[in-house]
Amino acid sequence: MSHHTSIQPADVSVAGLLRTDDLQQLIDALIAAGYDVIGPKIDQCAIVYDQITSVNQLPRGWTDLQEPGRYRLQQSDDSKYFGFAVGPHSWKKYLFPPQSIVSTATRTENGWQFSTDAPPAPRLAFLGVRACELAAIEIQDRVFLHGPWVDPIYKSRRDAVLIVAVNCTSAASTCFCSSTNTGPRCRSGFDLALTEIAGGFVIETGSESGRAIAARLPLESVTEHHHAEASSARAQAEAMMTRKLRTDDLHDLLLGNLKHPHWDDVATRCLSCTNCTMVCPTCFCSTVTDVSDLTNDHVQRERKWDSCFNIDFSYMNGSPVRNSIASRYRQWLTHKLASWQDQFGTLGCVGCGRCITWCPPGIDLTEEVVKLRDAVHANSEDPS
Amino acid sequence: MAVNDLKKRPRLAVFKFASCDGCQLSLLDCEDELLTVAGLVDIAMFPEASSRMEAGPYDIALVEGSITTPHDAQRIQDVRKQATTIVTIGACATAGGIQSLRNWASHEDYLRCVYAKPEYISSLATSTAIADHVRVDYELRGCPVNRHQLLSALTDLVHGRKPRLPAHSVCLDCKRRGTVCVEVAQGIPCLGPVTHAGCGAICPAFDRGCYGCFGPAAQCNCNSLVTTLQSAGTTNDQLLPLLRNFNGAAPEFQAAVQFMNEQS
Ligand code: SF4
Ligand code: SF4
Ligand code: SF4
Repeated sequence: MSHHTSIQPADVSVAGLLRTDDLQQLIDALIAAGYDVIGPKIDQCAIVYDQITSVNQLPRGWTDLQEPGRYRLQQSDDSKYFGFAVGPHSWKKYLFPPQSIVSTATRTENGWQFSTDAPPAPRLAFLGVRACELAAIEIQDRVFLHGPWVDPIYKSRRDAVLIVAVNCTSAASTCFCSSTNTGPRCRSGFDLALTEIAGGFVIETGSESGRAIAARLPLESVTEHHHAEASSARAQAEAMMTRKLRTDDLHDLLLGNLKHPHWDDVATRCLSCTNCTMVCPTCFCSTVTDVSDLTNDHVQRERKWDSCFNIDFSYMNGSPVRNSIASRYRQWLTHKLASWQDQFGTLGCVGCGRCITWCPPGIDLTEEVVKLRDAVHANSEDPS
Repeated sequence: MAVNDLKKRPRLAVFKFASCDGCQLSLLDCEDELLTVAGLVDIAMFPEASSRMEAGPYDIALVEGSITTPHDAQRIQDVRKQATTIVTIGACATAGGIQSLRNWASHEDYLRCVYAKPEYISSLATSTAIADHVRVDYELRGCPVNRHQLLSALTDLVHGRKPRLPAHSVCLDCKRRGTVCVEVAQGIPCLGPVTHAGCGAICPAFDRGCYGCFGPAAQCNCNSLVTTLQSAGTTNDQLLPLLRNFNGAAPEFQAAVQFMNEQS
């Protein structure tokens, strides 16, 4: 199965209307097709992604209030199933797990026995993938699958996933996917996509697997009225999005000002805590270490999420290359917004806003770019 | 392979200074691995565990506790001379421990309050880290140390490798285990962003903030965290006991307290 590489917007068509009361049938159909369903659920005072089997586990009637450095759950005044934005988790925890075993070695009478056998990837159906997250998965596909080196762990997991997208009908104050051109409308990269309206969900299919699931659902036909409601629900998300990021000048602005004093200004606030990179759905860095047991007879090679904000991450020949918070923040922002373009042909940011919300001091990359741009322009206009 | 020849096994000694013994207990707590450890090293000196006490030199000395008496200040010099590698274990040994609270009070007053005859007591006015007195090769942080980290450091030393002791912040491990940030989602004051890794981010996983028992992370930005917590509504009365806890005498946390006081 490699549907994710072949999905074109042309494949997308409207399949029908699923009544709100029939949403459980979608979950049941996914389970019947052999998938474990992963969806949004309230845990630890937030909406996280976890395994679900029932619609009763979905955060129906809940929403999230997000601002720089702050996240709060709140009961909303409607009973929407998907009336919230993206939370602290992202789907990358399933496709590129925070910890995995790359290989093992065991000492035997006849020497070392090496193994790269991985457990079979779980067949997962992601329920509730937003447009920015589809874009993030596409970016990680480019990193892990479409370069000269294909990551076997990512590939086996990615191939076993079915994606049920959900169009956002509201946006958090931290969202800016309109600016990065990655949302809020889900256009491709899904097997099924839902738009929640009063009384039901308008269902679109984007692949053969998606059509097979849709065929098992008690769908009704979509009327003009439903279509209009779905577009106005989607337009509402767009209208609610107030945060902006100007992207046309980013590459030269950031890479042309590596010595600008603004990096030191950010460094007074940045904790170098790594949270922004951990929550980012596109960040892909890891560290690989060989870990032995006490006897030294069993060794395993472990891969863990790592971060350019970790001082040890650039450690070489006795000292870290990026030996200050300013240099580490600069590495992160210039990679996300500038050198990523040289490396992969797109921005490394999909405008999900997670790094803004989950940064304890609330450092906002869109604001830092504006401050840098303003400072650079003010300086160039200064006749002295 | 495990080194079975007793003569070739590295000689291990465990020394105690001012401390509660909890870190040594972490070693004894490794029930499943204890026999393997005992087979890897020659335990030449471990008064908490055995009455066998052999003279040095030792290959590896685990040192628990802080320096609080003139006698101990001398004794640690002897330990240094006897040991090839010194590994300090726990917040007392690496930062002075909870007993360093005396560093900000009158030593004389404490003596008078606690002891009926203070004239018999010979102690220093401060509690200081082992590294303030002798060269230390490796530091294992925590109150108490993490026994997995202790075991893996010992394994590495026995097999001639440099122990791996990541110096990043607790937040990285919090995110790796999928914990939702208690600071951002619940407004609970958390020292995780400035605290050294090693515990596996236990506290936030149980809905409480990190209280910094592993001491300051590498290049931590305590001033920004103090400002962040203050503007989220944490009072200095709540912050002070967090910063002046097990690692209150760590220079970074001392500076943070000073900065905090300047802000109000
Ligand atoms: S950089 Fe921030 S806003 Fe952009 S994709 Fe990553 S977490 Fe989302
Ligand atoms: S930008 Fe924020 S989340 Fe990222 S390392 Fe700095 S303080 Fe932490
Ligand atoms: S709970 Fe504490 S340690 Fe965990 S991410 Fe938040 S600030 Fe960091």
